[in-house]
Amino acid sequence: MMSRQRTISGWGRQPVLSMDVAEPADPADVSRLVRATPPGGVVARGLGRAYGDSALNAGGLVAACRRLDRFRSFDAASGTLEVEAGVSFQEIIETLLPRGWFLPTTPGTKFVTVGGAIAADVHGKNHHRRRSLGQFVESLQMVVGDGSVVTCSRDERSDLFFATLGGMGLTGIILAATLRLVPVETSRVTVEYRKTRDLDHTLENFEDHDATYEHSVGWIDCMARGAAMGRSVVMQANWTALDELRGASRAGALELPSKLKKTVPFTPPVSLLTPLSVRVFNQMFYAIHTDGVKIVDLDSFFYPLDAVSHWNRLYGPRGFVQYQAFFPKASSRQGLRALLDCVVQSGAASFLAVIKSCGEADGGVLSYLEPGHTLALDIPYRVGAVDDLCRRCDRIVLEHGGRLYLAKDALMDAATFRAMYPRLGEFLDVKRRYDPAGRFTSSQARRLAIE
Amino acid sequence: MTDPLPHPLAGDPARVGVVPSRSSVPHVLVVGATSAIAQALCRRLAAHGWALTLTSREADALVPIAADLRVRGAVRVTTQALDPCRFEGIAAAFAAAAAGGDLDGVVVCHGALTDEQGRFLAPDETRRIIDVNFTSAAALLAVAAESLAARRSGFLCGISSVAGDRGRQSNFTYGAAKAGFTAYLSGLRNRLHPLGVAVITVEPGIVRTPMTAGLPAADSRLATSPDVVAADIERAILRRRDVVYTPWFWRWIMTVIWSIPEPIFKRLKL
Repeated sequence: MMSRQRTISGWGRQPVLSMDVAEPADPADVSRLVRATPPGGVVARGLGRAYGDSALNAGGLVAACRRLDRFRSFDAASGTLEVEAGVSFQEIIETLLPRGWFLPTTPGTKFVTVGGAIAADVHGKNHHRRRSLGQFVESLQMVVGDGSVVTCSRDERSDLFFATLGGMGLTGIILAATLRLVPVETSRVTVEYRKTRDLDHTLENFEDHDATYEHSVGWIDCMARGAAMGRSVVMQANWTALDELRGASRAGALELPSKLKKTVPFTPPVSLLTPLSVRVFNQMFYAIHTDGVKIVDLDSFFYPLDAVSHWNRLYGPRGFVQYQAFFPKASSRQGLRALLDCVVQSGAASFLAVIKSCGEADGGVLSYLEPGHTLALDIPYRVGAVDDLCRRCDRIVLEHGGRLYLAKDALMDAATFRAMYPRLGEFLDVKRRYDPAGRFTSSQARRLAIE
Repeated sequence: MTDPLPHPLAGDPARVGVVPSRSSVPHVLVVGATSAIAQALCRRLAAHGWALTLTSREADALVPIAADLRVRGAVRVTTQALDPCRFEGIAAAFAAAAAGGDLDGVVVCHGALTDEQGRFLAPDETRRIIDVNFTSAAALLAVAAESLAARRSGFLCGISSVAGDRGRQSNFTYGAAKAGFTAYLSGLRNRLHPLGVAVITVEPGIVRTPMTAGLPAADSRLATSPDVVAADIERAILRRRDVVYTPWFWRWIMTVIWSIPEPIFKRLKL
């Protein structure tokens, strides 16, 4: 199987590292690849939407699994879908939404593969109701350390199953997964917008209204300081029912949104997201939204940034860090306040700051959410300054019993990780059972000493 | 997903009365269905809810492909082993595919490329390249043409190549076979036009597929993905086009290449 040396990065465009990349054409290719793993180890990669170095393996091998893109079966009675790991959420939506099925939960981009989404145990705007994607995975077929193909589920090799949900690809390479989809009547959501005054008011909104909404998220104006810190546009939504639509839109209830796409054609020499432009954007975003209810198409609600391909280029050649922290319920108010304060004080602009509340803990050994709140921030990368800022933020997260999302992490150190993830030992036991030679590794795994 | 039945398959609208009654779902036979271009095309046809019959030398390889197409929307997918170079099997294989009496179109996708690069091929290699790319394709189309002509509807589509437009030192055996195929399709179109059967010649440029993997051309800036080619073929079928270069700019590249006088052309390294 051919591989070639390439220099690639995650979605945050830093770090940029050199490694061999192979593109297995089918499941048998993956086994061959794993059996012939070079000393630098191997990690699977999908569409490269992990922000940091999760799907990078400097000096080793990356198995780019996008060509494992076959649907295997779909049971229209139960919504059970079996797909190969390289099938993207976009393909699932385009194929099955017109028949009335949608993903049980989705991250803010549909340009992720099923394999990558499971490895990161992704969650969406409905975690408070449905928890993470892992809840909807019935079984996995994967290649483990000796190159053999095994299946795992809650009943069969459950140790491997729960270590693989959120296991960042370190237990093996996922070949295929069986997922449960959810039925929908339309391709639209009915959104209620509420502007909040400050952080307390935002959290109060989640507290008061989350129970009646499938989807719930807040866009924080993270330029607001002092008393207004944490003011947000809270968007809470349910799938639009067929009888909410009239006329033409009712006839096309399950139609896919039309695809007018913009792109950032090249990387500007400097970041266009400067403190000034971000301040203007955030204030406008807060100002133009008014309280009220609107029916919007699913792309606008779930995937607003997918409308601009390569939007990550806006951050210029140095890229950016996406910092996503979770705080448990007991300490989330203080934790969120301290974290927002730290970022606002540093003057680091965050174009995107998203807050949401979380439901029960997920099943994955390294899954990171449980009841509480999560806050995600984009920070343009500057060597030194941002590393220092993130260290300060890491301390705040640790002090409040929180943890960072591995799919976004690029800078955390091993000691911090160990303190945030007390089940690491359990994870490593399973990993050693199925990958005794330690073939599955990544740049992130080495940085965090997950080996 | 369920586009209304595209008119292209119904034949000449002026002859509507002549067109035999047909099921409402177009049924297409895809020969060489394991090829990357064929797979990308089949996914697009499946999304229209069409019925597909797939053939390949290796029938086992068609099983996961057929499963994929069923989920993607194909109303019916059947698979069949067929080695087009075993000429004695062609008529029977075609008869099996067309047995339902509802076959609307045939897409011939099989082909083979050798690492020619100016080499002089051994006699059996020369024969293999010409048989796979031309003789077998022509034999298949002749059988299919007879059947569709009798029904006075449908289409035949052949994946030829820009390599057939002018012989070049880098792959003149493959090019010669494709030139023959292109000429055959052109003649067939002429013959079948009055009978309401469309013949579509597809001329892809450089496509990144397992067939071209490892060739220097696959790294070219002009190389394109199988899905781009498949999208053009899909459009050509729906619109009953005659000759389609894909991507479109190859028409202009080949116009330039055609127009170079032979005394100069023979000196070029193309």
